[in-house]
Order: sequence, then C-alpha cells, then structure tokens
Amino acid sequence: MSHAYLSIEQVDKSFRRGGTTTEVLRKVSLEVDKGEYISIIGHSGCGKSTLLNIVAGLTDATSGAVLLDGKLVDQPGPDRAVVFQNHSLLPWLTVYENVQLAVNKVFGKTKSAGERHDWTMRNLELVQMQHALDKRPAEISGGMKQRVGIARALAMEPKVLLLDEPFGALDALTRAHLQDQVMQIHAELGNTVLMITHDVDEAVLLSDRIVMMTNGPAARIGEICEVPLPRPRQRIALVADPTYLECRSTVLRFLYERHRLVAAA
Amino acid sequence: MQTIARKPVTAPMDAEVPATQAPRSKAAVLTLPVPRRPAASGRLARAVRDIATVTLPPLLTLAILVAVWEMLCSTPGASLPAPSAIIENSWQLIVDPFFDSGGTNKGLFWHLLASLQRVALGYTIAVVVGVALGTLVGQSVWAMRGLDPLFQVLRTVPPLAWLPLSLAAFRDGQPSAIFVIFITSVWPIIINTAVGIRNIPADYQNVARVLRLNAGEYFFKIMIPSAAPYIFTGLRIGIGLSWLAIVAAEMLIGGVGIGFFIWDAWNSSLISDIILALIYVGLIGFMLDRLVALLARGVTRGTANT
Ligand SMILES: Nc1ncnc2c1ncn2[C@@H]1O[C@H](COP(=O)(O)OP(=O)(O)O)[C@@H](O)[C@H]1O
Ligand SMILES: [Mg+2]
Repeated sequence: MSHAYLSIEQVDKSFRRGGTTTEVLRKVSLEVDKGEYISIIGHSGCGKSTLLNIVAGLTDATSGAVLLDGKLVDQPGPDRAVVFQNHSLLPWLTVYENVQLAVNKVFGKTKSAGERHDWTMRNLELVQMQHALDKRPAEISGGMKQRVGIARALAMEPKVLLLDEPFGALDALTRAHLQDQVMQIHAELGNTVLMITHDVDEAVLLSDRIVMMTNGPAARIGEICEVPLPRPRQRIALVADPTYLECRSTVLRFLYERHRLVAAA
Repeated sequence: MQTIARKPVTAPMDAEVPATQAPRSKAAVLTLPVPRRPAASGRLARAVRDIATVTLPPLLTLAILVAVWEMLCSTPGASLPAPSAIIENSWQLIVDPFFDSGGTNKGLFWHLLASLQRVALGYTIAVVVGVALGTLVGQSVWAMRGLDPLFQVLRTVPPLAWLPLSLAAFRDGQPSAIFVIFITSVWPIIINTAVGIRNIPADYQNVARVLRLNAGEYFFKIMIPSAAPYIFTGLRIGIGLSWLAIVAAEMLIGGVGIGFFIWDAWNSSLISDIILALIYVGLIGFMLDRLVALLARGVTRGTANT
C-alpha cells in the first residue's frame, strides 16, 4: 500500500437517478504528501466538486477508497475542513460566532473558554478579519465572506484543507489579494491543501502540482503538472518567469487543445 | 524617504483645467476633485420630508373618507350614524374606557383585555404545537406527503365551524374560545415551519456534517435559525387569524370580550357603539400584526436578506 499522507485510490463514482446511471469519475487515483498544495483543474461539470466531496466524506464513492493519515475516510469530519464555493457562512451568526461555532465544537473538550477565544481571534487575524468581528455575513463583501470561511476551516486545524473554487465568485483584484493571503498562510502553517479552480494562473501561482482532469462523463486524471517554482512566489516577478510560462502553457494546452469542451456553453 | 509617499491626495478645485490642456499622451492620468459633503441642515429637511411622505397620504385619505361618510349619513332617514353622531352617542365610551359597573357592563378596555388574554393563551399553544409539529413534518418526506393534504384541507375550515364541536367537547365557553383560536392559527404555523425546515440549504447541512454537530446542536444552531423567516411568516398569518376568530367566537359564547360587546350593542340597537368597537378591533389587529413583524425583524436579522 502507499505511504502518502492523503491517498485517493481507484475512486469510481456514478450517480443513479431513476433508471439512468451517469458515470462521473472513473479510476481516479492521487497521492498527496503532507504540506503539499495541489490544484485540480478541469472544465465545468467534469466532476471536480464530486471528487472533493468524496475526499470530504460528504459523498460516498461508488468504489475505491480515500485514506488520510492511514485512516479510511467514511464520513465527514473537521480533519477535512471544506471551504465551499459560496462561502456558506451561517447568516444569523456574526463573523466571530461563525468561527467560534467551529472552534467550540472541535476544541470544546481540549481547550478552556479563554483558549478557545484566543484561537478564534488568532484565525480571524490570520485572514485579517479582526476588524469586523460583530458584522453579519450580509454586511461584508464577498471577499471578506470567503476569508471568514477560510478562517473557519483553518480554525478546525484540519489535516487537509479542501477548497472548492474558493475565489471563483470574486473580482480579479480581490481574488489576487486573497491568493496572496492564502500563499502566506500556507507558508506559515504548512497545511496540506486540495483546491479546485478553473483559473490557470491561480493554479500555477499557488500549487506544487496541478492535477488536470479530462472531460466527463467518466472523467479521470489526464495529466499532472509539477510546478517547480521556489517559494515565496511573487506574482509580478513570475509574469516573465520561463518556468511559470511553461507550466501555464502546459495547462492551457491540455485544457484547450487536447481536452476542449466541445459542447461548451 | 517616507515623505515622498505623503503627497497630498486631494487635488485643488481647478485641477481639471490644466489636466485637460496638458498634451495628450497614451494612458494619461486625470486627477478629479474631491466632491464636497452635503450640509447637515439638508439632512434634517430630508428626514422631515420622509416622515411627511409616509404619514400625509393616509391622513388625507382618512379625512376625505370621513367627510364623505359625514355627508352621506347626515341626511334624515339615513340608516347608519354619521361620524359626528357617533362621537355624540358614544361619548361616554370614548372618554372612559376603564369604567367597571360589574357583569358585562364594563369599559372597552376591559372587553379588549379579556379578548387579548384569550388570544394570548390560544395563540401561545398554537405556536408551541405548530413549530413542533412543523419541524417533525418538515424533516420527513413521507410525513410531508401524508400530512400536507390533510393540513391543507383543515386550514380552510372557517373558525366558527369549529365552535359547536369544541363546545360539545369542552362543555364550557372559555376553553372552547381558546380552542377555536388555537385550531384556527395552528395550520399556517405548521405548514410554514415545515416548508422552512425543508428549505434548509444543503450548504448549511454540509457545514453541520463537517463539524459533526449532534441532533440537538443541529436543531438549535442550524434548523431553527435557518427556518426562522418561514416560521415567522406562519406566526404572522396565525396572529391575524386568531384575532379574526376571537371576535366571531365571543359573539356566540358571551361573557366579557369585544366580540360579545359588539353583539350586545347590536341587540340594544347601539350602532354607534358597534362602529367604535370596530375601530378598536381594527387598530388592535394592526398592532398585533406589527408586533409579530417587529419581533421577526429582530430575531431573523440578517437571515432573510441573504
Ligand atoms: N447529486 C447528484 N446527482 C446526480 N448527478 C450529479 C450530482 N452531483 C453532481 N452530478 C453530476 O456530476 C457531474 C459533475 O459535477 P461536479 O462534480 O459538480 O462538476 P464540477 O465541479 O467539475 O463542475 C455533473 O455532470 C453533474 O450533473
Ligand atoms: Mg464544482
């Protein structure tokens, strides 16, 4: 068996609805080391979210298995914190309370009330949201909501951080700002990250490896692109970096030459 | 070196002139003047205008209606009293709502209070039972399929149609009235709560699953707050129906209460008293509705508008 920190082994997934069965994923295998930052890129509808949800335990694989730190994944849990595409903060709770809910649930037995408060604050400071503790999600911008979502996930001290198009709904400037913050947090904490994206530049800038998925139905991993750029990475300096450009064109060619979405909207 | 960064950001008012005259290069930067803030006195005037636009139209409509009414009913032989006649005939009731001469001969305040007490009791039971049943029904697809048609039929039964049945069951006016209020207002609360529970976004359920919330935590921290806007819609419809039901029920049951007061006035041909009572009934019904709406706004802050 493999000795990777997170390993996805021969995962198949089909959805059955009524009499019809759609095969979404076929024989997907991936090994991720501790501290690695992995991006999953592929055309819309190919099954990226499905794969992430299987790792999260929110969806069951039809066959195959996911192992994390030697243990079989069979239900959702805070060791695989998810940042959902549309933030999914609870709108009736303030920014502080949203993170606190997670902290109290995960560390209710192991940390004192004071320690839990400090831990909540520390994670909000990490995403620079300590100025809006008492605001409700409706009162802050989309970028801020996503930052609170990230703080909530980080506060669970997960073994793997799962990000489903975390910056997809944001404007370009906010997105760049958040990408820089996530890079900084990754450098500081060394989390293992699995991130879905449809943005090629984002994938190259953030990742150690880029996993490229073929189009569905029955999508599989087509290629994996290593990104051997040293960290810390500066987006401006990378604009003309030959390694950066090479990775970028590898991914672009995969997506738009060999696996074009024929029925693109 | 730091002083370089501290150049004034604001431009003088005449900055536009040299900017437009400067030789045009590609990507020239144009600095615009900083707009001034509106004066504070303007804000006060606007507040006064805002209040006026809300209060003036209804007051005006009311004045016109009263004038038309006065004109129509001032003719000799009119079957209903004009507003001036009502004030004259019912003057005692208007100026002293608090008198109590024993029996059912009391001021309007006491009648309204008795009715409100019945509503409070019947409605509270309806809220507790309605939210509990609605939560149960909303959680299960089969309970929803089995019970929803039943609820939809029962909720259309008019309040007064329940009264004979409840009198037969309770053999007493007081609990019968309270039961009628309960049975009238419970349906919209059940139905709306169930819909609210069914509509909890999958995302919130996923958050709960990732955090491994237990059943109790899920109920209080996710279900109830998430369904609150729906629950309050039901509560608001319910309070309106309760008030409708109590007036009708009291007419038949008797005793102290605004419904009986109206019936009594009709039997004594005191049409002015009836109209005065109707005005009170309308105003209190309106206030009850506002009260629940206000409570809803306070409790569901942030939930409804996302
Ligand atoms: N619960 C479900 N039932 C049936 N089909 C589903 C379900 N979830 C996803 N799918 C299908 O699986 C495919 C992949 O979906 P998804 O993983 O969301 O794609 P992506 O995230 O890559 O855009 C889509 O064709 C979608 O219609
Ligand atoms: Mg998706």
